[in-house]
Amino acid sequence: MIIRIAKKSDIPSSEITPEDVYINRRKFLGASAGIGAAAFLGCGAAGAESDAEAADSQDLEPTSWDDITTYNNFYEFGLDKADPARNAHTLVTRPWTIRVDGLCAKPGDYQLEDFVKPSVMEDRVYRFRCVEAWSMVIPWRGFPLADAIARAEPDPSAKYVAFETLWDPDQMPERRWKPRIGWPYREGLRLDEAMHPLALMVTGLYGKTLPNQNGAPLRLIVPWKYGFKSIKSIVRMTFTEDEPPTTWATQTPGEYGFYSNVNPNVNHPRWSQANERVVDSSRLFKRRIETLFLNGYADEVAHLYEGMDLKKFF
Amino acid sequence: MGNATAVRRPDTSWIANPRRQILLLKIAVWIVGLGPVVWLAAGASQGTLGANPVEKIIHIEGRWTLVFLLATLAVTPVRRLTGWNRVIQLRRLLGLFAFFHACVHFLSYAGLDYFFALGLILDDVLERRYITVGFAALILLIPLAVTSTRGWIRRLGKRWQRLHRLAYVSAALGVLHYYWKVRADTFWPLVAAVTLAGLFAIRLAYRSNKKKTTKKGR
Repeated sequence: MIIRIAKKSDIPSSEITPEDVYINRRKFLGASAGIGAAAFLGCGAAGAESDAEAADSQDLEPTSWDDITTYNNFYEFGLDKADPARNAHTLVTRPWTIRVDGLCAKPGDYQLEDFVKPSVMEDRVYRFRCVEAWSMVIPWRGFPLADAIARAEPDPSAKYVAFETLWDPDQMPERRWKPRIGWPYREGLRLDEAMHPLALMVTGLYGKTLPNQNGAPLRLIVPWKYGFKSIKSIVRMTFTEDEPPTTWATQTPGEYGFYSNVNPNVNHPRWSQANERVVDSSRLFKRRIETLFLNGYADEVAHLYEGMDLKKFF
Repeated sequence: MGNATAVRRPDTSWIANPRRQILLLKIAVWIVGLGPVVWLAAGASQGTLGANPVEKIIHIEGRWTLVFLLATLAVTPVRRLTGWNRVIQLRRLLGLFAFFHACVHFLSYAGLDYFFALGLILDDVLERRYITVGFAALILLIPLAVTSTRGWIRRLGKRWQRLHRLAYVSAALGVLHYYWKVRADTFWPLVAAVTLAGLFAIRLAYRSNKKKTTKKGR
């Protein structure tokens, strides 16, 4: 009989590459290359790209700072899109604590600095598509969500990761609306989605500190999903075995699903998702553009949903 | 010299003239009616309509459509409640401004937002229920605007009133259109719905009153 004693150098189960990721590692690498190209573009120096990537990145003309920071859905600070920019100055972002809990080896309350510091910051230009059929192109600064998850060392039984936004009525003036599930705002991802290198923990915008109305000091960006999945001002990250309840999917289950992947073939029951308006205050006459499957990130992330009926799991 | 201490009363005869009062009110309706469009045009040319100017124009014009529709429908209740009969002279102007804003609202959706892509617009009208009812509300206003002239009023006689009750249907569809469009903030659609219901209730109350009194009269 061999009794195996865990050594410090052993690879924790959380860091073992799941089989499907290993099998799809070429796509994975492709995604990283795409990210590299996007990051270079953000700095204005396009490196060697394949034709496809070049064609793809041509539309990535970043939306202006003013538009990104004055047109926000952050209901805790008001329901009008101009409200958060007016009201979010009351949000206190330092000190900021993130609670990590649930099925993981390293639960605890982490100071923002400790949560962020071990990671290397990257600039990435992503398309951002709201479920309301408008979009932006945004140069974020952040680090892979996979980093933060790996540091928490989720148990093998953890299948999902849930997030919560701060809820403090003293800092947040909205009184008119309350989600059915109650505050705080909640979101979540399947763990393999969360581990995807495109999923980003964001602390900055245009190389500057993230403004409060955009979800300071720490927010998620999942570029292939509708914007409401990219939860703002995160104070909690919880590993769960079951699919966690999320704010919009419990609010109107017929209209918003847990997955909420950008999909021009699955319309919102009340409006079309086939096209979108690229937000641009400087141009009144501007054609809508066609919405891309998985917001244009299908090559990178479509394998996550292989065999799934995306009309059912919308 | 003796009346140096006498208070000279301001001459109110000019404004006291009911015809002048209506004229002034009509000028006010014109200013309020054209104001939003002037404001939006100025804002669009100076880029002060926010990050999404097209959406802003569509939303603001939709709201002014409802404001003018409700104002039009408020004329008769105001008349009944206050006995101020001349207010009826404002109704056509209010109604035509409702139609005007409905047209600007629709044309900014069809033109500014969709570049008159008829296929997409038709899809919306047929498949998106909030657009279906909004479009129906607009269509219903067309015969009302056309028959708002003196000639048509005379020609249609009693039928004119029956036809123009469609304004209530149009307003109800317009409110539904608004309610179905919003994602979370149902406050203003509900305010519009309650206002419309209130105006309709006043109308019904007067009608049943009238019936009672005629019965008693027999």
